[in-house]
Amino acid sequence: MEGYSTEQEACPQLLDLIPKEREWLVKREERSHGVSEEKKLELRLGPPGEHWTIKDCSRDNSGERDESLLTLGCFSNMSSMTHNANTSGAKRGFIDTVDHKTIEGTWIMNNKGGQTQKFSSSESPWASSGYQVKTQQQNHQTRAPYPQYQSTPQGQPVTARESSQPCCTKVVDLQNAEKKTFSPASANTAVPNSSQKRSAPTPVVGWPPIRSFRKNLASSSSLKPSPESEKVVPNKASNEKPIETSRKGLFVKINMDGVPIGRKVDLKAYDCYEKLYSAVDELFRGLLAAQSDSSADGMKNKEEGEKPITGLLDGSGEYTLVYQDNEGDRMLVGDVPWHMFVSTVKRLRVLKSSELPTLCLGSKQEKLTPDAS
Amino acid sequence: MMMNYFPDEVLEHVFNFLTSHKDRNAVSMVCKSWYRVERFSREKVFIGNCYAIDPERLISRFPRVRSLTLKGKPHFADFNLVPPDWGGFVYPWIEAMVKLGVHLEELRLKRMVVSDESLELLSRSFVSFKSLVLVSCEGFTTDGLAAIASNCRFLRELDLQENEIEDRRGHWLSCFPDSCTSLISLNFACLKGEVNLATLERLVARCHNLRSLRLNHVVPLDTLQKILGKAPQLVDLGAGAFVHDPDSETLNKLKNAIQKCTSIRSLSGFLEVAPCCLPAIYPMCLNLTSLNLSYAPGIHNNELIKLIRHCRKLQRLWILDVIGDKGLGVVASTCKELQELRVFPSDLYGVGNAAVTEEGLVAISAGCPKLNSVLYFCQQVTNAALITVAKNCPNFIRFRLCTLNPTIADPVTMQPLDEGFGAIVQSCKGLKRLSLSGLLTDQVFLYIGMYAEQLEMLSVAFAGGTDMGMLYVLNGCRKLKKLEIMDSPFGDVALLADIGKYETMRSLWMSSCEVTLGACKTIAKKMPRLNVEIIDEGDQMETSPDDRHRVEKMYLYRSLVGHRRDAPDFVRTL
Repeated sequence: MEGYSTEQEACPQLLDLIPKEREWLVKREERSHGVSEEKKLELRLGPPGEHWTIKDCSRDNSGERDESLLTLGCFSNMSSMTHNANTSGAKRGFIDTVDHKTIEGTWIMNNKGGQTQKFSSSESPWASSGYQVKTQQQNHQTRAPYPQYQSTPQGQPVTARESSQPCCTKVVDLQNAEKKTFSPASANTAVPNSSQKRSAPTPVVGWPPIRSFRKNLASSSSLKPSPESEKVVPNKASNEKPIETSRKGLFVKINMDGVPIGRKVDLKAYDCYEKLYSAVDELFRGLLAAQSDSSADGMKNKEEGEKPITGLLDGSGEYTLVYQDNEGDRMLVGDVPWHMFVSTVKRLRVLKSSELPTLCLGSKQEKLTPDAS
Repeated sequence: MMMNYFPDEVLEHVFNFLTSHKDRNAVSMVCKSWYRVERFSREKVFIGNCYAIDPERLISRFPRVRSLTLKGKPHFADFNLVPPDWGGFVYPWIEAMVKLGVHLEELRLKRMVVSDESLELLSRSFVSFKSLVLVSCEGFTTDGLAAIASNCRFLRELDLQENEIEDRRGHWLSCFPDSCTSLISLNFACLKGEVNLATLERLVARCHNLRSLRLNHVVPLDTLQKILGKAPQLVDLGAGAFVHDPDSETLNKLKNAIQKCTSIRSLSGFLEVAPCCLPAIYPMCLNLTSLNLSYAPGIHNNELIKLIRHCRKLQRLWILDVIGDKGLGVVASTCKELQELRVFPSDLYGVGNAAVTEEGLVAISAGCPKLNSVLYFCQQVTNAALITVAKNCPNFIRFRLCTLNPTIADPVTMQPLDEGFGAIVQSCKGLKRLSLSGLLTDQVFLYIGMYAEQLEMLSVAFAGGTDMGMLYVLNGCRKLKKLEIMDSPFGDVALLADIGKYETMRSLWMSSCEVTLGACKTIAKKMPRLNVEIIDEGDQMETSPDDRHRVEKMYLYRSLVGHRRDAPDFVRTL
């Protein structure tokens, strides 16, 4: 196929590349040492009754890997030529696609009958020697989970497909950039991909892969009323629409009769009236109690102590919650659906129920003087 | 041989039992007479890429087509990788069908550009038009919907899923004439604007066969309650706004109405929701097989958990990640019939808490033996977890895992996630669709090539180390139909290794990879039945590009009709 000719040119250079590689391998090994000692994760998964193993095995075998790459280098030429011969237009380029799988099949749960390799004759002489070596190393190195199956594929060119023609590319790439390596090892260095392009915690176009529809939903979600979620400015590259104002925190002032200092409450933190009432209760209970202790302001309620403020809903208690809407009118809280209330409320007030009749005057004054009636 | 003695009518009758497109396609390849009988009896046609064929040729082969499904833009268009005006226009198809006398009854479109004009033409031209399903489409307004409502006298289905629809504040819903009683399915959840509530109620009241109704966010709970009263036969419901004072009379009426809706099996929507109202729907949960709360903001996980505990028969669950690992544990112990799970992110920028981790997924895999389809967004995942999931769930057909940081390693071992995904493909022999994420090397692609024999669609981002990765997949996955790759270091060597393969696939997308213009040109030159399109939004096109230039976005697909004629300036077909 088209790509093969370049490999053939590249292959003769392999011997030159390998020493450099060794350096690189050593480097990797050093790095991996530090990391792998700490990792003792062993999780097993395998065919019925057996398990895979994940181990960080790279430190054991990087020395041997040198050899394997050497052998790789020798064979790449042969195998790439072989591949050239066998490829054809519409069919797949690798002759031993099926065969490779068969070999690998010995590792698989449904053991595919342990068929031996069916490589074309030009490869077999090489297969028995060099590939074996590679097999073991490759298993340790890149095929970490299957060490216990080493015994089976002895003498089978397990990674033939992987190691043949493309190995030239691999090695060439290794030389080119440390980025493009057998990354399992390089990843040991806890540095996210040496390729800068790919270390992306910053927002990237197309990532995460969710539709705009959902992005808007996620960014405007009022799930966490804490300030943190508000800090996230959604005007990043991937977000098209601005947040609707109704989703941000809605802080309104709330005053209570008899309490000179008002509070502010975030209505977006609640989704129904009950929660608002209990919040108001908490806000003012303490203040009210504190004031009743001090006689300086001449306030009432001395005897109440820390009685909870109840009955805000229906006026049956001592206090009633009212609000001023966007038209300036004073309204009783609780008449309209919550979301409608939230969209029209401008400020809240806790009134003494005995003063309710004065509301009928439509007064906009904040302070209501106690009325005899 | 014997079949030759059967008259065509018999063959046709037999073929009628074949419902899948694949089967019918296979049958048509047996011999000339089967081909002939099949093509004249084919009523439903599925076109996975609207540019693979043109309407004239389609209609000449299948003159009796009544139902057409078309897909337009590449999948990554969903994530803003394809500029607007790229293409995928449905108008030429409708125009051709009108001209050639097709008796169209159903039109299903995905990722296409639909103009009001095309909707108007459609509505006026096909007398027995019954069903319009638009998914992720754009380009039309409520005026187009008005045309459909007004003119399609026998309309049964109007299903609008996640479309971008400009709201003209018209009264499209009022355009359904009083005589319209045929609606079976009406979904306008994605509409942003107002609808006339009284009209809606009357429409629902007179369509006695209405089975599926999905409302948009402006329809209040009050109206929902009235609608449910008039349509107790509903099977699928999408609530609009579900907000009310929990102690109100309205909510009581809703509860009563819900008690009478004993057929509801699928629930979605809750586009605005007051969690304290949710208990009203608990009675519905007992029989639910499908629940989609992924559009419902503001429900805390303990409320979700309370709800889920009632949903014993759930087969499909779409939910936001606020459910948390704990919530997923509840799903695992409650929803034993679960087949499909999708967990969407609610906190895109990772500012808040990681709501779900790999633990939730593991719990689900352990608890739900029928699980076969997963889409899971999470902060991180470990190889160990993926291996466990693979062991627990060998029946996956679709497995899509998305880490919010696209190159995050296994946080415990700091290893790439190759082994984890490798376990998935090894264990799940029937896997048809796979999406990868996290730190991944060529190794994972080796596994995919080796094991994923049934894989039809693979989505790759920020993965791989060398061309080998892509080569493993192209060589190993015989049934691969769609391959889409972004931000991965695959280049010309991989691209050119086996260009014949692309004719066996529907399409290949590569963006921000290492392929060069020269390689793309090579393919285009050698393969006349492939369209190689370069999307260039920058300056490259103007400054006569060098063949060595890296191509930013390439979309390659097989086509029987050559280059498309509607490509915009920024798309260059080589």
